[in-house]
Amino acid sequence: MQQVDRRVFVKKMAISAAVLAAVSMFPGIIFAEEQEQNIPKGDLEWKKAPCRFCGVGCGLLIGISKNKAVAVKGDPKSEVNKGLCCVKGYHSVMALYGKDRLTKPLVKKNGIYVETSMKEALDLVASKMKGTIKSHGKDSVAIYGSGQWSIADGYIASKLFKGCIGTNNIEANARLCMASAVTGFMTSFGADEPMGCYEDIDHANAYILWGNNMAEMHPVLFSRMLDQRLKRNAKIVDFATRTTRTSMAADKSILFKPQTDLAVANAICYEIIKNGWMNKNFVAKHCKFNAGKTNIGYGLTDDFKFKDEPKQIDFASYKKFLEDYTPEKVEKYSGVSARDIKYMASIYGDPNKKVVSFWCMGPNQHTRGTWMNNLIYNIHLLTGKISSPGNSPFSLTGQPSACGTAREVGTFTHKLPKGLVTNEKDRAFAAKIWGVPVENIPDKPTHHTVSMFRALDRGEIKFMWIQVTNPMVTMPNLKRYRNGAEKEGRFIVVSDVYPTPTTDVADVILPSAMWIEKTGLFGNSERRTQFWEQMVTPPGEAMDDGMQLLEVAKRLGYGKYFPYSKDKFVEEVYTEYTKHHAGKKHEMAPLEVLKKESGMIWPFVEGKPTKWRFNSKYDPACETEGFHFYGNEDGRATIWQRPYEPAAESPDDEYPFWLNTGRVVEHWHSGSMTRRISVLHKAMPNSYVELNPEEAKKMGIKNKDKVKLTTRRGSIVMLASVNERGIPPKGQVFVPFFDEHFLINEITLDSYCPISNEPDYKKCAVKVEKV
Amino acid sequence: MPIKSYIAHPTEGRRNELIMKLKEFSSCNITPATNQEIVIVVTDTFSNEEDLALHEKLINLPELKHLTLVSGFSDEEIIN
Ligand code: SF4
Repeated sequence: MQQVDRRVFVKKMAISAAVLAAVSMFPGIIFAEEQEQNIPKGDLEWKKAPCRFCGVGCGLLIGISKNKAVAVKGDPKSEVNKGLCCVKGYHSVMALYGKDRLTKPLVKKNGIYVETSMKEALDLVASKMKGTIKSHGKDSVAIYGSGQWSIADGYIASKLFKGCIGTNNIEANARLCMASAVTGFMTSFGADEPMGCYEDIDHANAYILWGNNMAEMHPVLFSRMLDQRLKRNAKIVDFATRTTRTSMAADKSILFKPQTDLAVANAICYEIIKNGWMNKNFVAKHCKFNAGKTNIGYGLTDDFKFKDEPKQIDFASYKKFLEDYTPEKVEKYSGVSARDIKYMASIYGDPNKKVVSFWCMGPNQHTRGTWMNNLIYNIHLLTGKISSPGNSPFSLTGQPSACGTAREVGTFTHKLPKGLVTNEKDRAFAAKIWGVPVENIPDKPTHHTVSMFRALDRGEIKFMWIQVTNPMVTMPNLKRYRNGAEKEGRFIVVSDVYPTPTTDVADVILPSAMWIEKTGLFGNSERRTQFWEQMVTPPGEAMDDGMQLLEVAKRLGYGKYFPYSKDKFVEEVYTEYTKHHAGKKHEMAPLEVLKKESGMIWPFVEGKPTKWRFNSKYDPACETEGFHFYGNEDGRATIWQRPYEPAAESPDDEYPFWLNTGRVVEHWHSGSMTRRISVLHKAMPNSYVELNPEEAKKMGIKNKDKVKLTTRRGSIVMLASVNERGIPPKGQVFVPFFDEHFLINEITLDSYCPISNEPDYKKCAVKVEKV
Repeated sequence: MPIKSYIAHPTEGRRNELIMKLKEFSSCNITPATNQEIVIVVTDTFSNEEDLALHEKLINLPELKHLTLVSGFSDEEIIN
């Protein structure tokens, strides 16, 4: 490189280093000007796409030059991010160009991976599937996909497995992050996904964040909140188990002991009723009260089964139940002072304040995740602060299409694009659109994700196809599931863009086209569907995941059910898919609209997005004036009586700390893509264990010292982080999971919420020792 | 010929004045944050002496409350 170029390059590196340092110091910080300045000169063609690095779903403009993506900027036309984007979004296109991209199919022969052609690899996948089904039955094959599947990928997978092969063995990694949100919505409202939209941020006076480190996980939304604080003095309350960048930027940070959010939420409801803050008229007209089973277990054994039995109760019984949750009683075990509980209740209770609650993995990855979701809805229902601008219980997603694909297409064992496999009418409806015999769709769900990997371990599932996800980093109690995948007689196919610990267990590795190397659609947290068209050619033989499935479907003899053209199949699939959601309650925007706009919120009725559902002022699907919770037959939302119950595993003398796991702003989930982006990798090169500074001092542990973490599942040695990014309170440690060199999930616990079947990655007991 | 990057924290309420002042230095490249008060400053000087002198001038600006060094690249690093 010439010295002048080198100077320019080094200057850019210096700016990048400073930007990343600023990002780690100032939550939600954005450098729009720097992003503008760094755009290469020359003729760039700018095309729109949603960002693929989180569920916020920012609209990006990608600069293309000579079949290469060379620049990114926030799309000023996008209502999501209004021209902003965070460090991950800004560097996102670099993830396409890592040196070790998978470009050729690899087949394991005698323990060695051998390159082969795509045709041969797909032939092998199809013949293995056929053979396995013939010898062991339909339920011996399974597919495990992702909230990063585009809508077409997930739809084809569901149609192939449920509608053609005839097995409900389809799951997506969204089970690990979003399932409790879904069961929360379904049990409270009978309809999935948030009622409001991001515009709520612009109207609310207060944001209460429930176990949600938004500064790192939803940076652009967080910067929108900071902006509203500056403009309108809106307040941010961070209610969490550890001090994060979000807590540092919030107006108030309140810490609670793991699992006691259940009790605090009930205490807030107690206060609301006690102080006369309940919106009696709203509750009388639009709500009902239910109680479910208690002592519901943790899913720790293979034969675990649970079915809730809701019973309607009256307000008096509910009120009586809440007497166990006075702020004074709850402060004793939650670690939250009665004063702080009353403070939070007073925000919700103030009739002059509009309140948005945000949450994501904290309440969802929780052995009582469904309950936690119900309890946050209870607060909003009791106060009537729901379904109107600025009043929103807002469950956020982690993945770019956890809503659009996993939840709306229904890539779960029990789901169909519309409705459930257990419902005869829903099966008939899906079969009609799919053009398959209705008998093909089995009427019973098979395995949720943890159960599916247990079935693989036991040998009931023998063939598993994994697409766009990395379970050999992300499954809790990982060793069991990795051993299971490696057992004799299992055949694992992995479609991915880079080598990962999951491709390490594969018998066939299929190289995938990534994001803008294909045409696709994602759906974000606010029900916004976004379309993008292919912008660059995938490397080597890398192929769209959806096309891989179509090719295998053809080889299995199901070609007639997938009569799509090669070049336009994504668009044709989407048009077919939207038939499942026809009608005012879930109408999706047509392709012509999605091609023009930076996404569109559903229900899209008569050319307009429905921004607030269940409120007749905004939602044409309401059949009565005012609020109409039409997901439930009686049009009423449910306020649930859900008690506090302890976690599956709590600290004791032998394992005296809580182990909490999670993410960091620089990396996307298991890091397989962002660790290939050098500036992000350099900013956060390895995982670590965050310790409480006082406890670290007591144990003689300094920053970067080696620390051994031991749980009942095993041990891991990693570097200490003391007084750096996050600060856990005494008795807790935190480990990010992005680093495949420190597989923290080898020691986490595979307990889950018995209603949603979503694992709890936030709580198990651990011993901490200096090495 | 060192290149260095800093995060500059303005004296309260003087962000815009600081930006104006920094723009007057030909060896400073500045990038203000869009939604926070801070400014990123990259200095590109011909010698260590010039670098020191510039640093001295910067830290004495009344509009500047605090300057945090983030990265520094020496001649060797730039040439290699
Ligand atoms: S906030 Fe999320 S969607 Fe937006 S740019 Fe960042 S990673 Fe992408």
